[in-house]
Amino acid sequence: MSLLELENASRLQHGVWIAAAALLAVLILAPWWADDSDLRSIAEFAYLVAIAQMWNLLAGYGGLISVGQQVFIGIGGYTLLILSLDAGISPFLCIPVAGVVSALFAVPIAAVVFRLQGPYFAIGTWVVADVFRLALDNVPAIGGGSGKSLTSALMSIPGWQREATTYWIALGLGVGLTIGVYLILRSRLGLAMTAVRDSVPASESLGVRVGRTKLLIYVASALGLGMAGALIYLTKLRVSPDAAFSMDWTVLMIFIVVIGGIGTVEGPIVGTAVFFFLRAMLADFGPWYLVILGSVAVVVMLKARRGIWGWVAGRFNFHVFPTRRRIRVNSLRSGFAEMPPSPRYLTE
Amino acid sequence: MSLCSVRRLSVGYGDFKVLFDIDLDIDEGQAMAMIGANGAGKTTLLRAITGLLKAPDDSIKFAGRPIAGTPPHAIVALGVAMVPEGRCLFPSLSVEENLLVGAHAKRRGPWTLQRVYDLFPALLQRRRAPVELLSGGQQQMVAIGRALMSNPRLLLCDEVSLGLAPIVIKSIYCAFPAILAEGTTILVVEQDIGRAIAMADTVTCLQEGKVTLAGPPKQFSRADITAAYFGR
Repeated sequence: MSLLELENASRLQHGVWIAAAALLAVLILAPWWADDSDLRSIAEFAYLVAIAQMWNLLAGYGGLISVGQQVFIGIGGYTLLILSLDAGISPFLCIPVAGVVSALFAVPIAAVVFRLQGPYFAIGTWVVADVFRLALDNVPAIGGGSGKSLTSALMSIPGWQREATTYWIALGLGVGLTIGVYLILRSRLGLAMTAVRDSVPASESLGVRVGRTKLLIYVASALGLGMAGALIYLTKLRVSPDAAFSMDWTVLMIFIVVIGGIGTVEGPIVGTAVFFFLRAMLADFGPWYLVILGSVAVVVMLKARRGIWGWVAGRFNFHVFPTRRRIRVNSLRSGFAEMPPSPRYLTE
Repeated sequence: MSLCSVRRLSVGYGDFKVLFDIDLDIDEGQAMAMIGANGAGKTTLLRAITGLLKAPDDSIKFAGRPIAGTPPHAIVALGVAMVPEGRCLFPSLSVEENLLVGAHAKRRGPWTLQRVYDLFPALLQRRRAPVELLSGGQQQMVAIGRALMSNPRLLLCDEVSLGLAPIVIKSIYCAFPAILAEGTTILVVEQDIGRAIAMADTVTCLQEGKVTLAGPPKQFSRADITAAYFGR
Protein backbone atom coordinates (compact mmCIF):
# COMPACT_ATOMS: atom_id res chain seq x y z
CA MET A 1 0.00 0.00 0.00
CA SER A 2 2.81 2.33 0.84
CA LEU A 3 4.42 1.69 -2.54
CA LEU A 4 1.15 2.39 -4.33
CA GLU A 5 0.89 5.79 -2.72
CA LEU A 6 4.41 6.61 -3.74
CA GLU A 7 3.63 5.63 -7.33
CA ASN A 8 0.46 7.69 -7.40
CA ALA A 9 2.30 10.72 -6.13
CA SER A 10 5.00 10.47 -8.75
CA ARG A 11 2.50 9.75 -11.54
CA LEU A 12 0.62 12.90 -10.57
CA GLN A 13 3.94 14.71 -10.54
CA HIS A 14 4.71 13.46 -14.05
CA GLY A 15 1.27 14.61 -15.18
CA VAL A 16 1.91 18.09 -13.85
CA TRP A 17 5.31 18.22 -15.55
CA ILE A 18 3.78 17.21 -18.91
CA ALA A 19 0.98 19.75 -18.48
CA ALA A 20 3.54 22.44 -17.59
CA ALA A 21 5.63 21.63 -20.69
CA ALA A 22 2.50 21.82 -22.89
CA LEU A 23 1.50 25.11 -21.29
CA LEU A 24 5.00 26.45 -21.86
CA ALA A 25 4.82 25.51 -25.55
CA VAL A 26 1.49 27.31 -25.88
CA LEU A 27 2.94 30.36 -24.10
CA ILE A 28 6.03 30.44 -26.33
CA LEU A 29 3.70 30.70 -29.32
CA ALA A 30 1.64 33.45 -27.66
CA PRO A 31 2.93 36.32 -29.88
CA TRP A 32 1.08 34.62 -32.74
CA TRP A 33 -2.23 34.08 -30.97
CA ALA A 34 -2.51 36.67 -28.19
CA ASP A 35 -3.17 40.38 -28.51
CA ASP A 36 -0.84 43.03 -27.10
CA SER A 37 -2.57 43.43 -23.76
CA ASP A 38 -2.63 39.66 -23.09
CA LEU A 39 1.00 39.47 -24.04
CA ARG A 40 1.86 42.20 -21.56
CA SER A 41 -0.14 40.52 -18.79
CA ILE A 42 1.63 37.20 -19.31
CA ALA A 43 4.99 38.97 -19.40
CA GLU A 44 4.15 40.74 -16.15
CA PHE A 45 3.12 37.45 -14.59
CA ALA A 46 6.42 35.90 -15.67
CA TYR A 47 8.63 38.68 -14.33
CA LEU A 48 6.74 38.81 -11.03
CA VAL A 49 7.35 35.07 -10.64
CA ALA A 50 11.01 35.73 -11.44
CA ILE A 51 11.52 38.45 -8.82
CA ALA A 52 9.49 36.56 -6.22
CA GLN A 53 11.69 33.48 -6.80
CA MET A 54 14.75 35.63 -6.10
CA TRP A 55 13.35 36.86 -2.80
CA ASN A 56 12.24 33.33 -1.94
CA LEU A 57 15.76 32.02 -2.56
CA LEU A 58 17.20 34.68 -0.29
CA ALA A 59 14.67 34.58 2.54
CA GLY A 60 12.96 31.20 2.28
CA TYR A 61 16.11 29.14 1.81
CA GLY A 62 18.98 31.42 2.75
CA GLY A 63 17.24 32.90 5.80
CA LEU A 64 18.27 36.41 4.73
CA ILE A 65 15.24 38.67 5.19
CA SER A 66 15.97 41.69 3.00
CA VAL A 67 13.51 44.52 2.40
CA GLY A 68 15.90 46.32 0.07
CA GLN A 69 15.98 44.00 -2.93
CA GLN A 70 14.55 46.83 -5.07
CA VAL A 71 18.11 48.13 -5.22
CA PHE A 72 18.94 45.43 -7.78
CA ILE A 73 15.78 46.09 -9.82
CA GLY A 74 16.87 49.73 -9.93
CA ILE A 75 20.46 48.90 -10.85
CA GLY A 76 19.13 46.65 -13.64
CA GLY A 77 16.83 49.40 -14.90
CA TYR A 78 19.54 52.03 -14.91
CA THR A 79 22.06 49.69 -16.56
CA LEU A 80 19.55 49.27 -19.37
CA LEU A 81 19.00 53.02 -19.57
CA ILE A 82 22.69 53.95 -19.70
CA LEU A 83 23.85 51.17 -22.00
CA SER A 84 21.02 51.45 -24.52
CA LEU A 85 20.75 55.26 -24.65
CA ASP A 86 24.35 56.36 -24.16
CA ALA A 87 26.35 53.36 -25.39
CA GLY A 88 23.91 52.35 -28.11
CA ILE A 89 23.89 48.66 -27.15
CA SER A 90 20.82 46.63 -28.16
CA PRO A 91 18.32 46.83 -25.28
CA PHE A 92 17.79 43.08 -25.37
CA LEU A 93 21.51 42.46 -25.00
CA CYS A 94 21.50 44.86 -22.04
CA ILE A 95 19.40 42.43 -19.99
CA PRO A 96 22.09 39.79 -19.26
CA VAL A 97 24.64 42.59 -18.85
CA ALA A 98 22.33 44.23 -16.28
CA GLY A 99 22.31 40.95 -14.36
CA VAL A 100 26.11 40.89 -14.25
CA VAL A 101 26.35 44.57 -13.26
CA SER A 102 23.82 44.00 -10.51
CA ALA A 103 25.76 40.95 -9.24
CA LEU A 104 28.96 43.05 -9.20
CA PHE A 105 27.21 45.72 -7.12
CA ALA A 106 25.95 42.99 -4.77
CA VAL A 107 29.47 42.21 -3.54
CA PRO A 108 30.28 45.60 -1.94
CA ILE A 109 26.65 45.98 -0.78
CA ALA A 110 26.94 42.59 0.95
CA ALA A 111 30.18 43.71 2.57
CA VAL A 112 28.17 46.47 4.26
CA VAL A 113 24.83 44.83 5.07
CA PHE A 114 26.24 41.45 6.13
CA ARG A 115 27.73 43.17 9.16
CA LEU A 116 24.16 43.44 10.43
CA GLN A 117 21.94 40.67 11.79
CA GLY A 118 18.20 39.95 11.67
CA PRO A 119 16.02 43.05 11.74
CA TYR A 120 19.07 45.31 11.48
CA PHE A 121 20.03 43.50 8.28
CA ALA A 122 16.52 44.13 6.90
CA ILE A 123 16.65 47.84 7.71
CA GLY A 124 20.21 48.09 6.41
CA THR A 125 19.22 46.72 3.00
CA TRP A 126 16.40 49.25 2.82
CA VAL A 127 18.78 52.09 3.64
CA VAL A 128 21.18 50.97 0.90
CA ALA A 129 18.34 51.01 -1.65
CA ASP A 130 17.34 54.51 -0.58
CA VAL A 131 20.93 55.71 -0.79
CA PHE A 132 20.96 54.60 -4.44
CA ARG A 133 17.61 56.32 -5.07
CA LEU A 134 18.76 59.60 -3.54
CA ALA A 135 22.11 59.46 -5.31
CA LEU A 136 20.54 58.97 -8.74
CA ASP A 137 18.09 61.79 -8.00
CA ASN A 138 21.15 64.02 -8.22
CA VAL A 139 22.64 62.85 -11.49
CA PRO A 140 21.21 65.15 -14.18
CA ALA A 141 22.97 63.26 -17.00
CA ILE A 142 20.53 60.37 -16.62
CA GLY A 143 17.49 62.51 -15.90
CA GLY A 144 17.90 63.24 -12.18
CA GLY A 145 14.74 62.89 -10.12
CA SER A 146 12.33 62.80 -13.05
CA GLY A 147 14.15 60.02 -14.88
CA LYS A 148 14.51 59.43 -18.57
CA SER A 149 12.55 57.80 -21.38
CA LEU A 150 13.87 54.76 -23.24
CA THR A 151 11.71 55.29 -26.29
CA SER A 152 14.48 56.62 -28.52
CA ALA A 153 16.56 53.48 -27.97
CA LEU A 154 13.66 51.30 -29.06
CA MET A 155 12.38 53.27 -32.05
CA SER A 156 14.55 51.48 -34.59
CA ILE A 157 13.10 48.07 -33.65
CA PRO A 158 9.86 47.12 -35.45
CA GLY A 159 6.84 46.98 -33.12
CA TRP A 160 5.94 43.30 -33.36
CA GLN A 161 9.53 42.18 -33.02
CA ARG A 162 10.02 44.38 -29.97
CA GLU A 163 6.87 43.19 -28.22
CA ALA A 164 7.53 39.52 -29.01
CA THR A 165 11.20 39.56 -27.98
CA THR A 166 10.40 41.37 -24.73
CA TYR A 167 7.70 38.81 -24.05
CA TRP A 168 9.98 35.85 -24.71
CA ILE A 169 12.68 37.27 -22.46
CA ALA A 170 10.13 37.77 -19.68
CA LEU A 171 8.89 34.22 -20.12
CA GLY A 172 12.47 32.96 -20.20
CA LEU A 173 13.29 34.77 -16.95
CA GLY A 174 10.18 33.46 -15.15
CA VAL A 175 10.77 29.88 -16.22
CA GLY A 176 14.57 30.05 -16.18
CA LEU A 177 14.92 31.54 -12.71
CA THR A 178 12.38 29.08 -11.30
CA ILE A 179 14.38 26.18 -12.73
CA GLY A 180 17.60 27.89 -11.60
CA VAL A 181 16.38 28.09 -8.00
CA TYR A 182 15.32 24.45 -8.17
CA LEU A 183 18.74 23.38 -9.43
CA ILE A 184 20.60 25.45 -6.83
CA LEU A 185 18.53 23.83 -4.11
CA ARG A 186 19.35 20.34 -5.33
CA SER A 187 23.08 21.10 -5.43
CA ARG A 188 25.82 20.95 -2.82
CA LEU A 189 25.38 24.70 -2.32
CA GLY A 190 21.66 24.19 -1.69
CA LEU A 191 22.40 21.63 1.01
CA ALA A 192 24.93 23.99 2.60
CA MET A 193 22.40 26.87 2.43
CA THR A 194 19.71 24.87 4.18
CA ALA A 195 22.24 23.76 6.79
CA VAL A 196 23.26 27.38 7.43
CA ARG A 197 19.62 28.44 7.76
CA ASP A 198 18.97 25.61 10.24
CA SER A 199 22.04 26.08 12.44
CA VAL A 200 24.95 28.43 11.88
CA PRO A 201 27.28 26.98 14.57
CA ALA A 202 26.74 23.38 13.46
CA SER A 203 27.30 24.08 9.77
CA GLU A 204 30.33 26.21 10.61
CA SER A 205 31.91 23.44 12.67
CA LEU A 206 31.36 21.00 9.78
CA GLY A 207 33.39 23.07 7.37
CA VAL A 208 30.60 24.98 5.64
CA ARG A 209 31.86 28.50 4.92
CA VAL A 210 28.89 30.38 6.30
CA GLY A 211 29.86 33.84 5.07
CA ARG A 212 30.69 32.66 1.58
CA THR A 213 27.50 30.61 1.30
CA LYS A 214 25.38 33.61 2.25
CA LEU A 215 27.30 35.82 -0.17
CA LEU A 216 26.76 33.38 -3.05
CA ILE A 217 23.00 33.36 -2.44
CA TYR A 218 22.92 37.13 -2.20
CA VAL A 219 24.86 37.57 -5.44
CA ALA A 220 22.74 34.94 -7.23
CA SER A 221 19.60 36.77 -6.13
CA ALA A 222 21.06 40.09 -7.34
CA LEU A 223 21.92 38.55 -10.71
CA GLY A 224 18.32 37.46 -11.25
CA LEU A 225 16.84 40.72 -10.00
CA GLY A 226 19.18 42.80 -12.17
CA MET A 227 18.06 40.96 -15.29
CA ALA A 228 14.42 41.20 -14.21
CA GLY A 229 14.85 44.93 -13.46
CA ALA A 230 16.19 45.63 -16.95
CA LEU A 231 13.37 43.60 -18.49
CA ILE A 232 10.74 45.36 -16.36
CA TYR A 233 11.93 48.78 -17.50
CA LEU A 234 12.08 47.58 -21.08
CA THR A 235 8.31 47.10 -20.78
CA LYS A 236 7.74 50.33 -18.86
CA LEU A 237 9.84 52.51 -21.22
CA ARG A 238 10.75 55.07 -18.59
CA VAL A 239 13.24 54.77 -15.71
CA SER A 240 13.10 57.11 -12.72
CA PRO A 241 14.76 56.72 -9.32
CA ASP A 242 11.52 56.86 -7.33
CA ALA A 243 9.96 54.06 -9.36
CA ALA A 244 13.02 51.88 -9.95
CA PHE A 245 14.24 51.94 -6.34
CA SER A 246 10.73 51.85 -4.90
CA MET A 247 10.07 49.76 -1.81
CA ASP A 248 6.92 48.59 -3.63
CA TRP A 249 8.97 46.04 -5.57
CA THR A 250 10.11 44.27 -2.43
CA VAL A 251 6.67 44.56 -0.84
CA LEU A 252 5.29 42.82 -3.92
CA MET A 253 7.93 40.08 -3.72
CA ILE A 254 7.25 39.52 -0.02
CA PHE A 255 3.46 39.50 -0.54
CA ILE A 256 3.69 36.94 -3.34
CA VAL A 257 6.13 34.67 -1.52
CA VAL A 258 4.30 34.80 1.82
CA ILE A 259 0.88 34.17 0.24
CA GLY A 260 2.17 31.46 -2.08
CA GLY A 261 4.41 29.66 0.39
CA ILE A 262 7.84 30.68 1.57
CA GLY A 263 10.54 28.05 1.19
CA THR A 264 8.85 26.24 -1.69
CA VAL A 265 9.67 26.56 -5.39
CA GLU A 266 5.96 26.36 -6.28
CA GLY A 267 5.00 29.13 -3.81
CA PRO A 268 5.96 32.18 -5.89
CA ILE A 269 3.99 30.87 -8.89
CA VAL A 270 0.88 30.29 -6.78
CA GLY A 271 1.39 33.65 -5.04
CA THR A 272 1.65 35.51 -8.33
CA ALA A 273 -1.58 33.86 -9.53
CA VAL A 274 -3.35 34.90 -6.32
CA PHE A 275 -2.01 38.43 -6.67
CA PHE A 276 -3.23 38.70 -10.29
CA PHE A 277 -6.64 37.33 -9.33
CA LEU A 278 -7.06 39.75 -6.41
CA ARG A 279 -5.87 42.70 -8.47
CA ALA A 280 -8.39 41.93 -11.23
CA MET A 281 -11.23 41.36 -8.75
CA LEU A 282 -10.51 44.49 -6.73
CA ALA A 283 -9.70 46.86 -9.59
CA ASP A 284 -12.84 48.92 -8.96
CA PHE A 285 -12.39 49.35 -5.22
CA GLY A 286 -9.77 52.10 -5.30
CA PRO A 287 -7.78 52.42 -2.08
CA TRP A 288 -9.69 49.50 -0.52
CA TYR A 289 -7.69 47.30 -2.87
CA LEU A 290 -4.56 47.68 -0.75
CA VAL A 291 -6.49 47.24 2.50
CA ILE A 292 -7.92 43.94 1.27
CA LEU A 293 -4.54 42.81 -0.08
CA GLY A 294 -2.98 43.52 3.31
CA SER A 295 -5.76 41.70 5.14
CA VAL A 296 -5.30 38.62 2.94
CA ALA A 297 -1.60 38.62 3.78
CA VAL A 298 -2.35 38.89 7.52
CA VAL A 299 -4.89 36.07 7.41
CA VAL A 300 -2.51 33.78 5.52
CA MET A 301 0.29 34.55 7.96
CA LEU A 302 -1.95 33.72 10.92
CA LYS A 303 -3.81 30.72 9.53
CA ALA A 304 -1.41 29.13 7.05
CA ARG A 305 2.08 30.15 7.99
CA ARG A 306 3.68 28.21 5.18
CA GLY A 307 1.44 29.92 2.62
CA ILE A 308 -1.05 28.40 0.23
CA TRP A 309 1.38 25.98 -1.35
CA GLY A 310 2.82 25.02 2.03
CA TRP A 311 -0.69 24.11 3.11
CA VAL A 312 -1.42 22.14 -0.08
CA ALA A 313 1.89 20.29 0.11
CA GLY A 314 1.35 19.40 3.77
CA ARG A 315 -2.24 18.35 3.26
CA PHE A 316 -1.96 16.35 0.06
CA ASN A 317 1.66 15.22 0.09
CA PHE A 318 2.27 16.75 -3.27
CA HIS A 319 5.26 18.61 -4.69
CA VAL A 320 5.93 19.62 -8.26
CA PHE A 321 9.52 20.51 -7.33
CA PRO A 322 10.55 18.12 -4.54
CA THR A 323 13.28 20.26 -3.01
CA ARG A 324 11.94 20.63 0.50
CA ARG A 325 13.07 17.09 1.11
CA ARG A 326 9.93 16.51 3.05
CA ILE A 327 7.68 14.44 0.87
CA ARG A 328 5.73 12.39 3.31
CA VAL A 329 4.52 9.01 2.22
CA ASN A 330 2.69 6.72 4.59
CA SER A 331 4.67 3.59 5.02
CA LEU A 332 2.98 0.58 6.63
CA ARG A 333 6.24 -0.98 7.72
CA SER A 334 7.76 1.90 9.62
CA GLY A 335 4.65 3.94 10.23
CA PHE A 336 6.36 7.28 10.01
CA ALA A 337 7.13 9.80 7.35
CA GLU A 338 9.79 9.08 4.78
CA MET A 339 11.51 11.20 2.22
CA PRO A 340 12.35 10.68 -1.43
CA PRO A 341 15.85 9.39 -2.11
CA SER A 342 18.55 11.98 -2.47
CA PRO A 343 19.66 12.55 -6.05
CA ARG A 344 22.47 10.24 -7.06
CA TYR A 345 25.19 12.86 -7.39
CA LEU A 346 24.86 13.63 -3.70
CA THR A 347 25.55 10.07 -2.63
CA GLU A 348 28.42 9.41 -5.03
CA MET B 1 53.33 11.72 19.31
CA SER B 2 51.17 14.71 20.03
CA LEU B 3 48.50 15.36 17.37
CA CYS B 4 47.09 18.44 19.02
CA SER B 5 48.94 20.51 21.56
CA VAL B 6 47.59 23.45 23.50
CA ARG B 7 50.07 25.81 25.19
CA ARG B 8 49.27 28.56 27.65
CA LEU B 9 45.80 29.02 26.18
CA SER B 10 43.69 31.74 27.78
CA VAL B 11 40.39 32.60 26.16
CA GLY B 12 36.98 33.87 27.16
CA TYR B 13 33.96 35.74 25.95
CA GLY B 14 34.70 39.47 25.98
CA ASP B 15 35.81 40.50 29.45
CA PHE B 16 34.73 37.20 30.91
CA LYS B 17 37.74 34.86 30.98
CA VAL B 18 36.98 31.15 30.93
CA LEU B 19 40.31 29.37 30.40
CA PHE B 20 43.55 30.32 32.15
CA ASP B 21 46.93 29.13 30.80
CA ILE B 22 45.71 25.73 29.65
CA ASP B 23 48.33 23.16 28.59
CA LEU B 24 47.05 20.01 26.91
CA ASP B 25 48.46 17.29 24.65
CA ILE B 26 46.30 14.89 22.72
CA ASP B 27 48.32 11.94 21.43
CA GLU B 28 47.56 10.53 18.01
CA GLY B 29 45.44 7.38 17.98
CA GLN B 30 44.41 7.68 21.60
CA ALA B 31 41.13 8.28 23.35
CA MET B 32 41.13 11.13 25.82
CA ALA B 33 38.31 11.80 28.22
CA MET B 34 37.81 15.29 29.56
CA ILE B 35 35.90 15.67 32.77
CA GLY B 36 34.96 18.65 34.85
CA ALA B 37 31.99 20.32 36.46
CA ASN B 38 29.59 22.61 34.60
CA GLY B 39 31.28 25.88 33.73
CA ALA B 40 34.79 24.44 34.02
CA GLY B 41 35.54 25.43 30.42
CA LYS B 42 35.33 22.10 28.58
CA THR B 43 33.11 23.31 25.75
CA THR B 44 35.07 26.55 25.49
CA LEU B 45 38.27 24.55 25.00
CA LEU B 46 36.65 22.56 22.18
CA ARG B 47 35.36 25.75 20.59
CA ALA B 48 38.88 27.19 20.66
CA ILE B 49 40.39 24.07 19.05
CA THR B 50 37.77 24.06 16.24
CA GLY B 51 38.26 27.78 15.56
CA LEU B 52 34.72 28.75 16.55
CA LEU B 53 36.29 30.89 19.25
CA LYS B 54 39.34 32.91 18.35
CA ALA B 55 42.41 31.84 20.29
CA PRO B 56 45.68 33.79 20.66
CA ASP B 57 48.40 33.00 18.10
CA ASP B 58 50.69 30.02 18.77
CA SER B 59 48.45 28.72 21.55
CA ILE B 60 47.13 25.73 19.59
CA LYS B 61 49.03 23.43 17.24
CA PHE B 62 47.47 20.67 15.19
CA ALA B 63 49.73 18.11 13.48
CA GLY B 64 52.67 20.42 14.07
CA ARG B 65 51.18 23.57 12.56
CA PRO B 66 49.69 26.52 14.45
CA ILE B 67 45.94 26.70 13.89
CA ALA B 68 44.89 29.48 16.27
CA GLY B 69 43.24 32.21 14.24
CA THR B 70 42.50 29.86 11.32
CA PRO B 71 38.81 29.97 10.25
CA PRO B 72 36.69 26.93 11.20
CA HIS B 73 36.25 25.62 7.66
CA ALA B 74 40.03 25.48 7.18
CA ILE B 75 40.45 23.65 10.49
CA VAL B 76 37.84 21.08 9.40
CA ALA B 77 39.81 20.68 6.17
CA LEU B 78 42.92 19.90 8.23
CA GLY B 79 41.07 17.10 9.99
CA VAL B 80 39.32 18.32 13.14
CA ALA B 81 35.62 17.54 13.52
CA MET B 82 33.27 18.24 16.38
CA VAL B 83 30.10 16.60 17.62
CA PRO B 84 28.54 19.65 19.26
CA GLU B 85 26.81 19.60 22.61
CA GLY B 86 23.08 19.16 22.14
CA ARG B 87 23.76 17.62 18.70
CA CYS B 88 22.78 20.69 16.63
CA LEU B 89 21.34 18.65 13.75
CA PHE B 90 19.72 20.35 10.75
CA PRO B 91 15.97 19.88 11.40
CA SER B 92 14.77 20.45 7.84
CA LEU B 93 17.10 17.83 6.39
CA SER B 94 16.83 14.05 6.35
CA VAL B 95 19.26 11.74 8.15
CA GLU B 96 21.25 11.15 4.99
CA GLU B 97 21.35 14.84 4.08
CA ASN B 98 22.64 15.67 7.55
CA LEU B 99 25.44 13.16 6.99
CA LEU B 100 26.18 14.64 3.56
CA VAL B 101 26.62 18.11 5.02
CA GLY B 102 29.37 16.53 7.12
CA ALA B 103 31.16 15.59 3.89
CA HIS B 104 31.17 19.24 2.80
CA ALA B 105 34.89 19.60 3.47
CA LYS B 106 35.55 16.82 0.91
CA ARG B 107 38.34 15.22 2.95
CA ARG B 108 39.25 11.77 1.72
CA GLY B 109 39.43 8.84 4.09
CA PRO B 110 37.79 5.68 5.32
CA TRP B 111 34.43 7.21 6.29
CA THR B 112 31.66 7.14 3.71
CA LEU B 113 27.87 6.96 3.97
CA GLN B 114 28.19 3.18 3.73
CA ARG B 115 30.72 2.99 6.56
CA VAL B 116 28.64 5.23 8.81
CA TYR B 117 25.59 3.03 8.19
CA ASP B 118 27.74 -0.02 8.99
CA LEU B 119 28.74 1.63 12.26
CA PHE B 120 25.18 2.66 13.13
CA PRO B 121 22.84 0.19 11.37
CA ALA B 122 19.82 1.87 13.00
CA LEU B 123 20.40 4.88 10.77
CA LEU B 124 20.27 2.89 7.53
CA GLN B 125 16.61 2.05 8.02
CA ARG B 126 15.77 5.67 8.68
CA ARG B 127 18.09 7.32 6.20
CA ARG B 128 15.28 9.23 4.50
CA ALA B 129 13.39 10.19 7.63
CA PRO B 130 13.39 13.79 8.81
CA VAL B 131 16.04 13.85 11.48
CA GLU B 132 13.60 15.31 14.03
CA LEU B 133 11.57 12.09 14.05
CA LEU B 134 14.50 10.05 15.37
CA SER B 135 15.00 9.11 19.00
CA GLY B 136 17.57 11.02 21.02
CA GLY B 137 20.09 8.21 20.77
CA GLN B 138 19.68 7.90 17.00
CA GLN B 139 20.04 11.67 16.68
CA GLN B 140 23.32 11.42 18.57
CA MET B 141 24.41 8.72 16.13
CA VAL B 142 23.63 11.10 13.26
CA ALA B 143 25.69 13.82 14.94
CA ILE B 144 28.68 11.47 15.34
CA GLY B 145 28.26 10.08 11.82
CA ARG B 146 28.02 13.59 10.42
CA ALA B 147 31.33 14.52 12.05
CA LEU B 148 32.96 11.29 10.81
CA MET B 149 31.92 12.12 7.24
CA SER B 150 34.62 14.80 7.19
CA ASN B 151 37.18 12.02 7.84
CA PRO B 152 38.76 13.75 10.83
CA ARG B 153 42.12 12.89 12.37
CA LEU B 154 40.76 14.29 15.62
CA LEU B 155 37.14 13.79 16.64
CA LEU B 156 35.88 16.02 19.45
CA CYS B 157 32.71 14.78 21.14
CA ASP B 158 30.97 17.21 23.47
CA GLU B 159 28.70 15.55 26.04
CA VAL B 160 27.51 12.75 23.78
CA SER B 161 25.68 11.03 26.62
CA LEU B 162 23.72 14.06 27.76
CA GLY B 163 20.05 13.26 28.32
CA LEU B 164 20.25 9.68 27.05
CA ALA B 165 19.25 6.43 28.76
CA PRO B 166 22.18 4.30 30.05
CA ILE B 167 21.49 1.52 27.54
CA VAL B 168 21.52 4.01 24.67
CA ILE B 169 24.75 5.58 25.94
CA LYS B 170 26.29 2.11 25.95
CA SER B 171 25.41 1.57 22.29
CA ILE B 172 27.00 4.91 21.38
CA TYR B 173 30.18 4.19 23.33
CA CYS B 174 30.37 0.84 21.52
CA ALA B 175 31.16 2.78 18.35
CA PHE B 176 34.35 4.36 19.71
CA PRO B 177 36.64 1.29 19.33
CA ALA B 178 35.75 1.07 15.62
CA ILE B 179 36.51 4.77 15.18
CA LEU B 180 39.84 4.43 17.00
CA ALA B 181 40.66 1.40 14.85
CA GLU B 182 40.65 3.70 11.80
CA GLY B 183 43.42 5.69 13.45
CA THR B 184 41.17 8.55 14.46
CA THR B 185 42.03 10.27 17.71
CA ILE B 186 39.07 10.91 20.02
CA LEU B 187 38.47 13.46 22.72
CA VAL B 188 35.27 12.89 24.67
CA VAL B 189 33.80 15.34 27.13
CA GLU B 190 32.01 13.23 29.70
CA GLN B 191 30.25 14.01 32.97
CA ASP B 192 30.23 10.41 34.15
CA ILE B 193 33.67 9.83 35.67
CA GLY B 194 33.27 6.05 35.75
CA ARG B 195 32.50 5.83 32.05
CA ALA B 196 35.26 8.31 31.20
CA ILE B 197 37.90 6.27 33.01
CA ALA B 198 36.67 3.02 31.46
CA MET B 199 37.00 4.16 27.85
CA ALA B 200 39.96 6.51 27.88
CA ASP B 201 43.73 6.11 27.52
CA THR B 202 44.21 9.43 29.26
CA VAL B 203 41.97 11.60 31.34
CA THR B 204 42.07 15.36 31.79
CA CYS B 205 40.14 17.25 34.40
CA LEU B 206 39.28 20.92 34.16
CA GLN B 207 38.21 23.00 37.10
CA GLU B 208 37.40 26.69 36.84
CA GLY B 209 39.39 27.10 33.64
CA LYS B 210 42.53 25.29 34.77
CA VAL B 211 43.83 21.76 34.22
CA THR B 212 43.77 20.08 37.62
CA LEU B 213 44.68 16.56 36.57
CA ALA B 214 46.06 14.88 33.44
CA GLY B 215 47.41 11.42 32.71
CA PRO B 216 46.48 7.77 32.32
CA PRO B 217 43.46 7.03 34.55
CA LYS B 218 45.13 4.18 36.45
CA GLN B 219 47.62 6.67 37.92
CA PHE B 220 44.88 8.30 39.92
CA SER B 221 42.85 7.17 42.86
CA ARG B 222 39.17 7.97 43.15
CA ALA B 223 40.07 10.56 45.78
CA ASP B 224 42.55 12.29 43.42
CA ILE B 225 39.87 12.63 40.77
CA THR B 226 37.25 13.84 43.20
CA ALA B 227 39.67 16.49 44.45
CA ALA B 228 40.51 17.57 40.90
CA TYR B 229 36.84 17.67 39.95
CA PHE B 230 35.43 19.56 42.91
CA GLY B 231 38.45 21.27 44.35
CA ARG B 232 39.55 20.86 47.88
